[in-house]
Amino acid sequence: MANGIIVFIEHVDGKVNRASYEAVKAAQLIGSETGQEVSAVLLGQAVGDAAAEVASKKVKTVYTVENEWLKKYTADAYTQAFRQVIEQVQPALVLMTHTYEVRDFAPKLAASMKKILLGDNIGYKIEDGKPVFTRQVFQGKLAVDVAPVGDDPHFVSFQIGTFRGDESEAGQAEIKALSVNLDADVVRQQPEERFKEAKAAVDLSQAPLIVSVGRGIKEMKNIELIRKLADALGAEIAASRPICDNDWLPMDRQIGSSGQTVAPKLYLAVGISGAIQHLVGMKGSRTIVAINKDAEAPIFEIADYGIVGDLFEIVPALTAEAEKMKQ
Amino acid sequence: MKIIVCLKQVPKNDSVLRINEQGTWIQDRDLTYEINESDAYGLEAALQLKEKHGGEVIALSLGPARVQSVIKEALARGADRGIHLEDTAFDNLDAYGIGTAIAAATKAEGFDLLLTGLQSDDYGFAQTGVIAAELLGLPHTTIVMDVELNDAGLRVKRELENGFFQWVNMPAPAVLTIQSGINTLRYATLKGIMAAKKKEIKKLDAATLGIDAASLAPRMEFRRIYLPQKNKQTQFIEGSAGDIAAKLIDKLKNEARVF
Ligand SMILES: Cc1cc2nc3c(=O)[nH]c(=O)nc-3n(C[C@H](O)[C@H](O)[C@H](O)COP(=O)(O)OP(=O)(O)OC[C@H]3O[C@@H](n4cnc5c(N)ncnc54)[C@H](O)[C@@H]3O)c2cc1C
Ligand SMILES: Nc1ncnc2c1ncn2[C@@H]1O[C@H](COP(=O)(O)O)[C@@H](O)[C@H]1O
Repeated sequence: MANGIIVFIEHVDGKVNRASYEAVKAAQLIGSETGQEVSAVLLGQAVGDAAAEVASKKVKTVYTVENEWLKKYTADAYTQAFRQVIEQVQPALVLMTHTYEVRDFAPKLAASMKKILLGDNIGYKIEDGKPVFTRQVFQGKLAVDVAPVGDDPHFVSFQIGTFRGDESEAGQAEIKALSVNLDADVVRQQPEERFKEAKAAVDLSQAPLIVSVGRGIKEMKNIELIRKLADALGAEIAASRPICDNDWLPMDRQIGSSGQTVAPKLYLAVGISGAIQHLVGMKGSRTIVAINKDAEAPIFEIADYGIVGDLFEIVPALTAEAEKMKQ
Repeated sequence: MKIIVCLKQVPKNDSVLRINEQGTWIQDRDLTYEINESDAYGLEAALQLKEKHGGEVIALSLGPARVQSVIKEALARGADRGIHLEDTAFDNLDAYGIGTAIAAATKAEGFDLLLTGLQSDDYGFAQTGVIAAELLGLPHTTIVMDVELNDAGLRVKRELENGFFQWVNMPAPAVLTIQSGINTLRYATLKGIMAAKKKEIKKLDAATLGIDAASLAPRMEFRRIYLPQKNKQTQFIEGSAGDIAAKLIDKLKNEARVF
């Protein structure tokens, strides 16, 4: 009979991804509400130090799997190894943080067991003694509650930032090595070294004031409106990803999970819907102002000041007002 | 090089969404649709690979009759032919079900490269392509920003977090999930639209593909749909544009003290 929750711990060369502790926290909460023990698993090579670090959390066992094919992450090797861990440990629930790596292998792992990943959840509730998960649809405009169907184990991931990893309970876990048989032929991806593109020319992380523009601006030539507002406020200009994808502003002005993370005194979001990948890059800002014609846009969930209206009317008025203030 | 590219039809990005009376999904009357954003970049990547290396681009979409318009759009942009997976058995599938249907159809067709978007803008499962790869027994890479072909197969650039990237080498056939922004999209020309009229769109259903009900059975149970709860008190500022501007600057200065 399957039982317990196993948490996937991600790492690069033995350095644990802090986001994994969010899944540890989630497992501790769900575990205590449903009466299940929590364990964790690390796949890699020479992961002893990382395992010791995880073992300082309140989990029963930290399983390690060491194998030369796990030295560098590949979806193929991770799927094979994790599958064998699941067969040995027989958990009821596999919990993960929805990182790029988890997005890469977890759907494959689940599908290899004819299951689906209940991915990218932003919370859970217990209904009839079982967890039900909340996820976003339509890029955060609506939410749905979903429950897993069928036999254990179930595969679940939480969106980054859903839980506070630094609030996961401390404890002392046993560390247990598991062995797996990896068939090298099955590992088809050959990864090269990770790298960063040439350093960003602008560092927005130090900017005290940021005016950020999204697809609501419609056309490249309209960016000028935003530039005028930024100039009048003495602010830096930034953007959501589609603006940079279209080359309307350079890449190094992009805010979000695949751009820069900022926390200015003022973040003024103009025509940005507020998809989670954008929010993670700016939600730490001290004061957030959103201008959006859609009163239901998710950006308003985190805005201190909201203006529901047409940016093409509001922005010029705001620029004029800011210029008045300067004089 | 034979490339199949998956295109999902999704409600236009600025649609006003309302929950239906039964509370089971959104109201779909009055909605207008478009190609899922990352899929449009997948299509462009396929067309560019074909221009460079030769071959064929096939546009595939699963859904009701209306999804033919995204296939036609792809044909007008330069895809060679289309596959439309249409069956009432395909209604309301989760990612496993859609992945199953895509795997069956693409296996029957055969290909060197199967491209999907990294995530649909409506369901946002972020896994259909990976599931199809697993069911096809093929290697995959997700969140791809660049695709190169070489003698050994493929060399693709994965986007990672915090500004990192990584090149990954893989044999073909393979499945890639494409990230938005990987290239510059083209639009259909008048000539392309005319040419598209003569291109074939093959319709396939579950029975033809030999898909059984068990593999399409839902793997997650839908409980409810609702507007997200707000966790921050937002002060909404109203009035004419001029009033709003004056009030906002005043609040930023005297209340939030950002200047
Ligand atoms: C793996 C991954 C990584 C990603 N990384 C990032 C990232 O780093 N940064 C990022 O930003 N995104 C990122 N994204 C994309 C993200 O999911 C969204 O697609 C994107 O943030 C949407 O940008 P937007 O808000 O500008 O556009 P949209 O979502 O199209 O929103 C436009 C908004 O403008 C409003 N609007 C339209 N016209 C007007 C008007 N006249 N006046 C006022 N308002 C108007 C609309 O109501 C709408 O809310 C990533 C996605 C994925 C899957
Ligand atoms: N109904 C569909 N028709 C064609 N392609 C689809 C369909 N559903 C999903 N896909 C593809 O799978 C990708 C990921 O979707 P999802 O797993 O729902 O986030 C999309 O970007 C599409 O390329």
